[in-house]
Amino acid sequence: MNGIHIFLLCLAALFVLLYALQPKRPKIAFTYLRYIVLALIAAMVMAPFFWLLCSAFKDSSVLMKYTFLPPIMNWAKEINLSNFRELFKSQPSMEGNVYFWQYIINSLFLASITTIVQMFFSSMGGYALAKYDFKGKKIIMFFMLASMMIPGVVLLAPVYKLIVNIGLMDTYWALVLPGACSVFGMFLFRQAIVGIPKDLIEAGRIDGCSEFSIYMNLIMPLVRPMTGAFCLVTFLGSWNNFLGPQVYINAQSKLTLPVVLNQYVGVYANQYGVFLAGTLLAIIPPAILFFCLQKEFISGLSSGAVKG
Amino acid sequence: MKDLKYRAYVKRTPYLFLAPYFCLVCIFFIYPLISAFLLSFQQTNGPKSKAFVGLSNYSFVLTDPDFHKAVKNTAIYAVFSIFLQLPISLGLAMLLNTAKDKTKGFFRLIIFSPNLVGQIFVGVIFSVLFVPRYGLFNRFMQSLIYWGLENRWLENPTLVLPAVIITALWMYVGFNMIYFLAGLQSVDKSLVEAARIDGANPWQVFWNVTLPAIKPVATFVVVMSTIGSFQLFELPFSLLKGEFGPSSSGLFIVSYLYQMAFRAGDLGTGAAVGWILTLMIMIISLTQIKMSGTLEEGK
Repeated sequence: MNGIHIFLLCLAALFVLLYALQPKRPKIAFTYLRYIVLALIAAMVMAPFFWLLCSAFKDSSVLMKYTFLPPIMNWAKEINLSNFRELFKSQPSMEGNVYFWQYIINSLFLASITTIVQMFFSSMGGYALAKYDFKGKKIIMFFMLASMMIPGVVLLAPVYKLIVNIGLMDTYWALVLPGACSVFGMFLFRQAIVGIPKDLIEAGRIDGCSEFSIYMNLIMPLVRPMTGAFCLVTFLGSWNNFLGPQVYINAQSKLTLPVVLNQYVGVYANQYGVFLAGTLLAIIPPAILFFCLQKEFISGLSSGAVKG
Repeated sequence: MKDLKYRAYVKRTPYLFLAPYFCLVCIFFIYPLISAFLLSFQQTNGPKSKAFVGLSNYSFVLTDPDFHKAVKNTAIYAVFSIFLQLPISLGLAMLLNTAKDKTKGFFRLIIFSPNLVGQIFVGVIFSVLFVPRYGLFNRFMQSLIYWGLENRWLENPTLVLPAVIITALWMYVGFNMIYFLAGLQSVDKSLVEAARIDGANPWQVFWNVTLPAIKPVATFVVVMSTIGSFQLFELPFSLLKGEFGPSSSGLFIVSYLYQMAFRAGDLGTGAAVGWILTLMIMIISLTQIKMSGTLEEGK
């Protein structure tokens, strides 16, 4: 019998009590039960985050000593910024000293470029598929669907060979170009655009808009939710991409956060405190983006599945 | 005359809009696809030298005990992600579905949040949470059911797979829940009411009203998570510190491919593994779609 057991028993007792007091309206008791279950699960989901937050500020000598935080009288001794200081120290490499902020800039740059390029190309393709009738459209759509069935790893080895042969190793081109036009994104945009009435486009044409400015100034503002959702997904994917930079980038000064942070906990390194401090920082940009785009994200993500 | 010219211009536009796709798909999809096909019949030593070896890459892979282990691990993981992860996601979605908008948004945000963290970060974080005696997970299990404080999750071959499954559960439950929540919007509330009035118990309502209504979404989620399971790589890779666990207990199909192609430098065998994986994914996901009978409605 310990604290956790007593706490759970109290919660259960409260449920029984509610049920017994209001036998005619069991709904109250069950609503209570529902929120208790949700809250417990939410607590379990948040626990590793809380642990991460605590561990990043703990001195690395006591990382394992306490589950979360050290007792308050030890705070002066055992809570400090040493992990962050270590993280921001200059690192010697083949290209001279590299600082941590360099990796942050690399990651931000790469993720932003990838997102913008993918959004642009995918939405253009999606618009063409949604609003034009042209020769070969059916074949193209079928080909796209079929190509989604093939897992990306099949192409890993030949694309790697190709990148080596055309001399794009160690450049960001190798990370941006291969996925610059996402088939998944084209389908998402097609689905969002297909419902827009054709009259709108005709009106634009009569007013003398070029086809490109119809796409840019008429259509794109109307599919803003989908654009938000797609941008978030793409940004997250690129920001957290590990395999790509790991395979294509060799120069230390060009690496991105996931690869660099992973170097702190490799087979020969063991600096978990520094890794956790870096991870805490690496979570911030996607978290901000998610907060801003939450609504668009949920509706964009689910509309794809519900409409099939 | 002007009209004719204009029409030709409008006719040309879709191809221009699709031009980036055409270019990129030729260079980075069709060409590598053909070359992956050829590569799988070749033996390579690094990216430059090669020799034609016929089907021997395939026969090597198919008879390699490590590959069998990888397939077995991947299959077990896939089964758990469908029969453990998805029911929990659906359960959570149903618990949340009738909540007020604000509460719903709050819990949705929390339960989804692990998805914002990359697999590579999650893997390393959990490798610390699973440390014997001191890890958060071990301590939690100890205080809850007095078991598991000394468990060496990542060093004991029988516990590696459960550790991967638990980590994936934490990470993906919220993601699938979002889809189920969206699907539950399409359940006809008056139909549920009618069934209740007719005396159906909650279980019957679930099987006969809710489940058929969310079938398209459920099929989508099942197929997506099966495909995702078969491509699992970064999570176990980082959880096991770039290794594949004691006696390959944490080896998955894509880890095997990575090991072959990029650690051993044998791109040909890597390509062969890729094709075997493609075939497996195609057969399984087509079977799932067929079984659920939503092939026509679901496009």
